[in-house]
Amino acid sequence: MATKGERILEVRDLVKHFPLTQGILFKKQIGAIKAVDGVSFDLNRGETLGIVGESGCGKSTLAKVLMALERPTSGSVTINGRDIAKAKGPELKRMRRNIQMVMQDPYTSLNPRMTVGDIIGEPFDIHTEVAPKGDRRRKVQELLEVVGLNPDHINRYPHQFSGGQRQRIGIARGLALQPEIIVCDEPVSALDVSIQAQVINLLERLQNEFDLAYIFIAHDLSVVRHISDRVAVMYLGKVVELGKDTEIYDKPAHPYTQALLSAVPVPDPEGREQRERIILQGDPPSPANPPSGCRFRTRCWKAQEICAEEEPLLQIRQGTAHESACHFAETHDVVHVG
Amino acid sequence: MSNDPQVGPVQTVTAPTPPGKLKKEAKPASLWGDAFYDLRRRPMFIVSCVLIAILLVMSFWPSLFTSINPFDAKTCELATARQGPSAGHIFGRDSLGCDVYARTIFGARNSIVIGVSTTIITAIVGGLLGLLAGARGGAVDTVTSRVTEVFFAIPWILGALLISATFRDANLGIWIVVIALAVLAWPMTFRIMRAAVITARSQDFVVAARALGASQSRVMFGHLLPNAVAPVIVIATINLGGFISAEAALSFLGVGVQSPDISWGLMIADARNRFLEAPLPLVFPAVFLSITVLAFIMLGDAVRDALDPKLR
Amino acid sequence: MRKASTDVLPAEGGLGDEPLLAVENLHVEFATRAGVVRAVNGVSYSLGPGETLAVLGESGSGKSVTAQAIMGILDMPPARIPKGEIRFRGTDLLKLSDEARTQVRGQRIAMVFQDALSSLNPVFTVGWQISEMFRVHRGMSKRDAYNKAVELMDKVRIPAARQRVNDYPHQFSGGMRQRIMIAMSIALDPEVLIADEPTTALDVTVQAQIMELLAELQRESNMGMILITHDLGVVADVADKIAVMYGGRIVENASVHDIYKTPAHPYTKGLLESIPRVDLKGQELYAIKGLPPNLLDMPTGCAFHPRCPYRQDNCVTDNPPLYEISGTRSSACHYWREVLDGDQG
Repeated sequence: MATKGERILEVRDLVKHFPLTQGILFKKQIGAIKAVDGVSFDLNRGETLGIVGESGCGKSTLAKVLMALERPTSGSVTINGRDIAKAKGPELKRMRRNIQMVMQDPYTSLNPRMTVGDIIGEPFDIHTEVAPKGDRRRKVQELLEVVGLNPDHINRYPHQFSGGQRQRIGIARGLALQPEIIVCDEPVSALDVSIQAQVINLLERLQNEFDLAYIFIAHDLSVVRHISDRVAVMYLGKVVELGKDTEIYDKPAHPYTQALLSAVPVPDPEGREQRERIILQGDPPSPANPPSGCRFRTRCWKAQEICAEEEPLLQIRQGTAHESACHFAETHDVVHVG
Repeated sequence: MSNDPQVGPVQTVTAPTPPGKLKKEAKPASLWGDAFYDLRRRPMFIVSCVLIAILLVMSFWPSLFTSINPFDAKTCELATARQGPSAGHIFGRDSLGCDVYARTIFGARNSIVIGVSTTIITAIVGGLLGLLAGARGGAVDTVTSRVTEVFFAIPWILGALLISATFRDANLGIWIVVIALAVLAWPMTFRIMRAAVITARSQDFVVAARALGASQSRVMFGHLLPNAVAPVIVIATINLGGFISAEAALSFLGVGVQSPDISWGLMIADARNRFLEAPLPLVFPAVFLSITVLAFIMLGDAVRDALDPKLR
Repeated sequence: MRKASTDVLPAEGGLGDEPLLAVENLHVEFATRAGVVRAVNGVSYSLGPGETLAVLGESGSGKSVTAQAIMGILDMPPARIPKGEIRFRGTDLLKLSDEARTQVRGQRIAMVFQDALSSLNPVFTVGWQISEMFRVHRGMSKRDAYNKAVELMDKVRIPAARQRVNDYPHQFSGGMRQRIMIAMSIALDPEVLIADEPTTALDVTVQAQIMELLAELQRESNMGMILITHDLGVVADVADKIAVMYGGRIVENASVHDIYKTPAHPYTKGLLESIPRVDLKGQELYAIKGLPPNLLDMPTGCAFHPRCPYRQDNCVTDNPPLYEISGTRSSACHYWREVLDGDQG
């Protein structure tokens, strides 16, 4: 195994546009939904990169492109030196062993017609070289144990488990091929509050045990902060700010990050009347027709003429130690904690 | 294993039904187990099953029900044509003096064989094409869907008349009816399968399988088919009754089962001229036909309620 | 069916000692194939004008069923209310005739649901749906009702209300649809507004807008509001007092400031401790072990005992009453003193 901290995933200028077409027989492209529009980041072994953003910001599409479930319009996703976005056939299948996912909804992500043993054993049926046939049942039981489920329940069906237990089954399936990277797309948001902490602890324990790297996509900022080493904030298909968790949460530089952080309800009523709150007006614009220049300018209180004319690039700006994409980036602690 | 108390054995021993799913059956079972558990409690299911069981026995061992062999010309006496019920002939005699009861019993076989074979053929052909179209999408879907629309546009009775008239000389016996009905009926199964597959295709577990690197055929037969087959089974059961009545209609019109073979439709056609004088030779096959069709429709309804309560 | 004992609803005005809305020892059961599910087991809470009560609980805790019982929108059967009172201005709603109940529903007690898209009728314009409230309940003319609808859409800050009044629900974003739902619910100036997870389906920044809007509307009209949620953050932001529900019961009643500082029930305490905190980053989160109870097969004694770190032998056998701690606080835990002091087991 390679050393800790080695770069295992490189995403460069990733773009995913979904064409909007008109007509039945002769399809004419009349536009495109720019779901992901030029995203770059790296991921190191054993590290967690949190990705936050609101619905429609492209974070789920990003997950699908990383998993090679969607082909990117352009850009590359390089895993251990090879571009999964261009891989095909047996090569793609082999590369999938390195990157797996945990999905949001534990009720729809497990096939209701299959037993738990079949669900967790499916990776071995697909990648027959990973485990010899006679070994699979034992392997599945080991996996059940690893995620804290009773190995004797191998013949049960998903509907016999609660939401949190199903999510553990989904995690066991993701672990089966011993991947280096797991993409977690909102893995706890469908769970009851008292169960969320159990699943987060499990994910952290597995990370330490197997030296996994996570892409942790979520809208719950406090959960992301707890689990992530670095955080990327997305808005309308672009990363607007990227940095270490402390940098993003304590010294946010982009106005959107500041608004997002200040909008999160704090589970402490003390001083709630005095708390600074930036309430954005309106909804995010449509990704089919994003604003020119800076995409956040239509909701931004700092917007000037330059914001409409020139797109701010994601880079380290004056007065900040991490990357942000705002002409007027300025750190401002909106949460005031610690 | 770590010694972490949070993931220790305490929470692993029980797997109770999640509170949100309370109205589902608490007993552990698969879809089919659940459905069967549900079905056993439905009077409609039990009644239709008993009726169908009797019909099946009747079609395979008709001699259990009657000692008269209606294919034996000696059992018919022209002199007693259209005689009312009597001790040995409880349903009376038809226009050729043959026993109506024995002919009705023997008529079950053709109805069942035609109904069941047509159902199996349409389910396989329509189901597989629907699976393919729904799973692949794109050009495959467009082409197959347009083809089915052409078939939908044919009025079925005209189409069936045309097909059976065309192949009349091929000496296919009752199979000509099966072919005519199957050719016209598979698009319905196709549509239902296609719609169910498209619904299943967008579910997360299919995405998860693809992310694991599952092949197209594994996704189709391992994930999509098991999750889409329920409505096809429901519609097949309901259609079975429809095919039986369609067979009767074609035989009645003279393009279905041909004499000397026996069919309820044929018997009804024979008896219709003298219906007012001798109604029984028409009434008995008609009643058997209705009960058979009803039994399959009831079964289909019960199966639908059990498999897919949302369709109710 | 239910015969009217008091069909006359008291008018608005002085309440005396009677709270605006009082739920008293409410029980709700569902008859299911697998047995009787006791979804609500003796819930009591009260609400005054201008007050915000947060009902906090997980799925299956009975928080939404209680609200549906107050609104009178439970399907009966399979639901049944074997015991309890729901007093609105002193009148027990459960004893009212169906007609009188309809007069209360929507006009004096209104509700906002989580899923605005499925709560709005997709085939009518939003203007039609909002103005219907005025046409049906206030007998207004079509034109007047439409003007009122535009006014309301303005009030809930839908931009360009006059241009958008003839749009259909699907043409609005999630946040805007929730505003339309709110507009409909406040159309007839209700005295009580029940908001069932009003922001759960929305994004954080939109959630903040909606909560602000609700708070503002409440200040203007002095409505009493019941906020049903599972989000401890939302509760801390807006609530005056909290009722925490678990397994169909209220396990803790407290003012919002008390409960976050010193929870008196192990479940509340566990929930608060399992929130990720900045100063504990990198450490394992506290997690309440085990699973929420199965309502078909409730644990004996205290419903929380299988998951409770404070459990003693009597918790397995005796269901704790709601112990009164002070005038505004109560906890359904035999060992609430230990929980308050913080020494475990």
